[in-house]
Amino acid sequence: MGNPRSESNKGDQVKFQEELKDNIRKALPELDVVIGWCGSFDPLHATPHFMRREEDIDKLEISPLSVHNLATYLPGLRGKKVGIVVKGCDSRSVVELLQENLINREDITIFGFPCTGVVDQSKIKKALGGHTGNIEFCDMSESVIVIKSEDKAYTLPMAEMLADKCSSCRYPDAVISDYFAGEKIGNKGEEDADYAAVETFENLSVPERFGYWLKEFDRCIRCYACRNACPLCVCRDHCAAESRDPHWLSQENNVRDKLMFQVIHAYHLAGRCTECGECQRACPVDIPVLMFKQKMNKEIRDTFQYEAGVDPEATPPLLSFKMKEENITEKVW
Amino acid sequence: MDPVKYLKSADLMSWLEELARENKVFAPRYEGDAVIFAPFDPKQEISIKHAATMPPKKTVFPQSEKLVDFTYSKDPENLSRILIEAKEILPKGTTVVFGSRPCDVRGFTMFDRVYLAEKTTDVYYKARRENTSFITLACEKPETTCFCHWVDSSPSDASGSDVLATPIEDGYVLEPFSEKGQKLLTSSLLENGERWILEVKDVHENAAGFLANAPDLSQAPQKLLDVFDNMEFWENAAAKCLSCGACTYLCPSCYCFNITDETTGMKGTRFRSWDNCMSAQFTMEASGHNPRPTKAHRLKNRVGHKFSYYPAIHDGVISCCGCGRCIKSCPVGIDIREIVQEAINHEPAIGKE
Repeated sequence: MGNPRSESNKGDQVKFQEELKDNIRKALPELDVVIGWCGSFDPLHATPHFMRREEDIDKLEISPLSVHNLATYLPGLRGKKVGIVVKGCDSRSVVELLQENLINREDITIFGFPCTGVVDQSKIKKALGGHTGNIEFCDMSESVIVIKSEDKAYTLPMAEMLADKCSSCRYPDAVISDYFAGEKIGNKGEEDADYAAVETFENLSVPERFGYWLKEFDRCIRCYACRNACPLCVCRDHCAAESRDPHWLSQENNVRDKLMFQVIHAYHLAGRCTECGECQRACPVDIPVLMFKQKMNKEIRDTFQYEAGVDPEATPPLLSFKMKEENITEKVW
Repeated sequence: MDPVKYLKSADLMSWLEELARENKVFAPRYEGDAVIFAPFDPKQEISIKHAATMPPKKTVFPQSEKLVDFTYSKDPENLSRILIEAKEILPKGTTVVFGSRPCDVRGFTMFDRVYLAEKTTDVYYKARRENTSFITLACEKPETTCFCHWVDSSPSDASGSDVLATPIEDGYVLEPFSEKGQKLLTSSLLENGERWILEVKDVHENAAGFLANAPDLSQAPQKLLDVFDNMEFWENAAAKCLSCGACTYLCPSCYCFNITDETTGMKGTRFRSWDNCMSAQFTMEASGHNPRPTKAHRLKNRVGHKFSYYPAIHDGVISCCGCGRCIKSCPVGIDIREIVQEAINHEPAIGKE
């Protein structure tokens, strides 16, 4: 008996997965590594998969569990010939890295596929009564996820288990690719991004908003998984958060300092963040940190009519200078 | 005196309330979607069905703790001389942790060998360790990521704990494992629990039965040294690592710290805060040289420390308690079990050293 997950990958999914594997097989001899996903410690998790030899390709699995944005690894592999499998959202991080000259286009081979969305593990955990520590079986189709946990079977509607970013996704197909396996779903970049959740939050009073964050950040352990999972946090070992001179952040167990880091993070990502949500997914204590970046992007959209990571040739607004900005009125002295 | 007691589930909250009268009590509860050890609040539900997201490490080893308050002043006799007055801040009061798991508390036995050593005793750690009691819940069913049986432990291991609570129908059987533990079991809410002893044994055996055979790790210390200079091995193992601190900060047996003086004007406080070997700054030297410049070097240290360097100087004890949080909470699913096994099974290439 094989992996219960791959058995159910019928029809189109199997077809494009085989096509994708063929694409990788063709390209791998010229590359140092191709990054994709494979199964992990239980049937409900996938893990990034680094393919160096042809036999590694057999383990590749694309499914709604392929949650990780693999573009995070690209800046660290500069100088190597790297292949990367991307969902639509991941491809936008690749584009943004190209826009900022943080990776070289000729070193990167991009493998796209039609993405129908990835799951939010927190939602599944909630649906299973708060416990996903004993998953025995997991089977997925486009409409449902069937999970067996502690001798109980659950049939969960896929639409309700998808990450929020997927429910309002406008870029299911890679916006840039060298190989594309399967039929494109069709991007809808002309539609406006959905910031309804941010707007609802903005309507709360200042004490309500600040109170919310003080409570959420109380449990932050400062592991910086949010930062390290971010494909565009490229300062890596030289982050302001850990600099001792200048000493921006206190080492006190202080909610304000933890919050301050998120503000630094969000400002550094304004107009660069593609809202892949890796910061929030990586957080081991489930702090909803994506909202800071969405708020900044909403401002960028309103001020510059700009969206990050769509056009490799575009210059991000905060990386350019204009004598006169259309939507910024100079202060009248 | 009855050594073993029984507590009805219905009386649990009242018992914790009783304990909270004289101690600071910590119990696991939901904060957002995570289960965290928080100061017990009778108005808030506790969550003890499964192991908490975070172990109760902070109760003895806080994320950040004040060590010393200090004040600078000028010597009135000699104005070019700066005087410093320092005041040690020792932790006070007793703490009871309820709902820890065997692995969570066994982690402290690994701290003890380092911080309670005869030559250098850490007074802050010692004070908290002595003033904190653990009422640990035996596990009924290990999770997929659990591997306490690999590292000489079990789902009902009481090492480091003061009371082991075993859930049986409608209640808990409470066994004391220390004098501190015995003192916690004097409430009138508790009745004699001797008659449940066989049930307790069943729960413990049943839980252990879920765990498959453990691999032999006796070769791990030497095998990890054998691959020490094999950077290809470590680059492969660390390829997907993000170099964040989630694994170490969630680890019940990771005990590294940083020291920072937070000064404002002439006053300041010296803090000790968690640090982690996954961070580039961890080994950054003042010269700018970093002996562990890549994530491969850092992951090698984490695995090597736990399964080789620590056992080498601590009677063969592996400094991992097998709780599996580093696997479960790793944003990219790095599995320390796989790395250790790969090191054990690694055959050196023929022709090479």
